[in-house]
Amino acid sequence: MRKILAIMLTVFISNVCLAQAQTAEEKGLEIAREADRRGEGFGDYEASMKMVLSSRRGDRSERDLRVRTLEGKDGEGDKGLTIFDTPADVRGTALLSWSHADRDDDQWLYLPALKRVKTIASRSQSGAFMGSEFAFEDMRAQEVDKYTYKYLRDEPCGELTCFVFERYPQDKYSGYTRQVVWMDQAEYRVHKIDYYDRKQSLLKTLSVSEHGQYLERFWQPGRMEMVNHQTGKTTELLWSNYQFNTGLTESDFTQNSLMRVR
Amino acid sequence: MRFQLLTIGAALWACSGSATAWEWRGEAGLEGRYFTAGPGSPGYWHNGSAYLQGQLLHEWNDRRDLFTFTPFYRIDENDNQRTHGDIRELMWIHVADQWESRIGIGKVFWGVTEGRHLVDIINQTDAVEQQDLESKLGQPMINLSMVRSWGTLDFYVLPGFRERTYTGVDGRPSLPLPIEPAAASYASSAEEKRIDGAVRWQHMFGSLQLALSHFSGTGREPLLLTNLVEFQYEPYYPVIEQSGIELQYLLGGWLFKAEAIRRSGNRFERAMHAADVGFEFTQPGLFGTGMDLGWIAEYLWEDRDDDFVSPFASDVLLGNRLTFNDIASTEVLWGLIWDPHSGDRIYTLESSRRFGSQWRATLEGQFYSQIDANPGRPSPLSVFSDEDMIQLEVIRYF
Repeated sequence: MRKILAIMLTVFISNVCLAQAQTAEEKGLEIAREADRRGEGFGDYEASMKMVLSSRRGDRSERDLRVRTLEGKDGEGDKGLTIFDTPADVRGTALLSWSHADRDDDQWLYLPALKRVKTIASRSQSGAFMGSEFAFEDMRAQEVDKYTYKYLRDEPCGELTCFVFERYPQDKYSGYTRQVVWMDQAEYRVHKIDYYDRKQSLLKTLSVSEHGQYLERFWQPGRMEMVNHQTGKTTELLWSNYQFNTGLTESDFTQNSLMRVR
Repeated sequence: MRFQLLTIGAALWACSGSATAWEWRGEAGLEGRYFTAGPGSPGYWHNGSAYLQGQLLHEWNDRRDLFTFTPFYRIDENDNQRTHGDIRELMWIHVADQWESRIGIGKVFWGVTEGRHLVDIINQTDAVEQQDLESKLGQPMINLSMVRSWGTLDFYVLPGFRERTYTGVDGRPSLPLPIEPAAASYASSAEEKRIDGAVRWQHMFGSLQLALSHFSGTGREPLLLTNLVEFQYEPYYPVIEQSGIELQYLLGGWLFKAEAIRRSGNRFERAMHAADVGFEFTQPGLFGTGMDLGWIAEYLWEDRDDDFVSPFASDVLLGNRLTFNDIASTEVLWGLIWDPHSGDRIYTLESSRRFGSQWRATLEGQFYSQIDANPGRPSPLSVFSDEDMIQLEVIRYF
């Protein structure tokens, strides 16, 4: 009996020691990896997105987009295709992106009037996406290795408890020095991100809500609101029509495929 | 006839009722030009024009088949040659597991540079449209495309040649003599019915994009032969072999670009070579605003003996693209093409913004400076010396 107690005590103490040995950086990375792992295996999906831009004065403008995503295999990043339906003058314009864990993403913009595929320079990724408060880099797949991490604390978020951690972009052309992420402990969903610009001041806050679960497994946001604290402008993304396993293949994400986007 | 229309109508109706929908889109543009240097030989300061372009789309077989039909028509106030129509697209695209086919009338763009589109050769230029020569006529084609691990390989069979459009006697810019398209002659005995062919391979090596292409057939760029009896220019279309290379290298914010061609086969000239080499650099978030500023610099070169054939023997292009990233998607692009030898300068301005969700307005300008400043060396741009203009266009999408 005493022996068993001793073993239990040893196990308990070593667990405590291990927990203490894990640094805030390691814990941050562990959370990001777990969130990434839970998102694995979705295959592919399509969704519709309405983008609502509002200025400080209350001027509003809407854009309708369709998004197609294919999960990367064998360590490759995801591939994404975004098609613009409105406003009418950019109808048929499409953005193709191949994300890479270990290097800059490849991005191409298709201009239907010229039938021309233009490469987007990676440094432009900190630029605004479609005149919105979302930068190109906010829209792309968030590969784990694109950041380093640091766990800060646990904090209640609504009825749930969130991990609060910081992540630091590894891309030297990123528009941010750090991001503070609120992620719930139950399902590892992002609820909020604070973005700090290169001058270390708070630039934007993203609030994510109306998460929906698909295939009884994968969580996707229904509503994302980005507030720019420096300009007072906001952009809302309203997601709908999520469809998984639609049969998308690699050939739907080539430069060739851009020419038949509709 | 009536029966046929009914049948087609019924077929269209039947299809539109099913899950695979037909979709109509369109745009209409109203354009006004003001020639700031004077009325020129056609004798007018300003010109009005309007165009209408429709697009019918149909997708079926789980997006493996796509049909597009894009008719276009423009009317021009003064130039009866600019009043013209074209089928920009009438194309069936089919996607199979190992290849894609595109059959019908369509448009294909090759190239990476901004100054000149040297490699781009599938489509004929619709030169009456805009002075930037970016508008193209629909080209009949059978295109097979294969995407493999070693790159994308495209084969083109191009039955039917399209003649270049030219401004008429009352059009601007006006040439010393009018161009008579009806008097066009060909090196090929099959004339405009010659079947041309082309092939292009494109591949990415990390951040390097490489494309090699070859075109064999009737050249899209004619020689203008002078007929002193009729007092007119007559286009002559040679049969050419053109090989092209495109290179693009992405490094941080820098996009390095190069295009080069070798063209041979024209019996009036020896083989020609031409290149356009440069870069584009983008500064995002200019001065802490949301604006992006792009820098464009290119060197244009070619070795044709006759200066008059091409004004781009050795020229420098400099330009800036300012993207406001605002709700109206405002954009301004200005450029300068400068010939250090002759001193010729072409300034261009293109700007546009959206109004509401269905309208877009563009303001463009072209200004020619120092043309013929070098005595004893007539410039190939002489005909443009009085063609400075500003152009406002309003487009409605529906």
